[in-house]
Amino acid sequence: MIGFVLVALGGMSGALLRFGVQKLMPKTILPVATLTVNLLGSFLLGLIVGQGMQGNLYLFAATGFMGAFTTFSTLNVDLVKLINNKQSKAVLVYVIGTYVGGLFSAVAGLFIGRFL
Amino acid sequence: MVYLGVGLGGMLGSLLRYLVSLSTSNILNNGFPIGTLIANYAGSLFLGWFTARIIARSNLNPVLSATIGTGLTGSFTTFSTFSLETLVMLENGSVGLALLYVMLSAVGGLTLAASGYKLGAVSGREAGK
Repeated sequence: MIGFVLVALGGMSGALLRFGVQKLMPKTILPVATLTVNLLGSFLLGLIVGQGMQGNLYLFAATGFMGAFTTFSTLNVDLVKLINNKQSKAVLVYVIGTYVGGLFSAVAGLFIGRFL
Repeated sequence: MVYLGVGLGGMLGSLLRYLVSLSTSNILNNGFPIGTLIANYAGSLFLGWFTARIIARSNLNPVLSATIGTGLTGSFTTFSTFSLETLVMLENGSVGLALLYVMLSAVGGLTLAASGYKLGAVSGREAGK
């Protein structure tokens, strides 16, 4: 039961922080806010996993917070809008930046987390 | 008010994702993260539909739209878990499985979001007639 509460509390905090980042970031053709939360979240989740965090703390920080802080649906709807607006250069930068950048961020987080 | 909505939506979306991952963890036993894929697929389809419908109709309360779109759906889907799951598969030597996961997520997620978007634009126009 406590697990569900922790996931919910983490999710609430992560969603609010993502919303805050979206409000603070300038509105540009490239969706920098979504890119920022996804890369930063991948790095931080790598750090959490690298540190070997488990149990209740993991449910709050990883499943709840980082799960909600990053988003996959917004990424794809951003892409649909860019494709509809024929922003092919932004599509390319966004896709590569997100997927390649996300994997490298996770790698960096994981190794730093294991090292610390 | 909008922060309360996004916070509540985030709670609910995260809980739903957690439930999906708990209830699907026994479907496959090869380490393929089917739960994350299901949540990301469903969320992409829904957010595509929801976004296009709002653009076509623009009569939904902005607090409600942030609650459902940014809070609930944004938190139901996840990118960080996707990245880490891919990395873990690569580290375990399951390169083929990792590649399959990335392709299915990227191509499938985009296709579903685009399909939802088309459906939402059509239903939004019809509802506006």
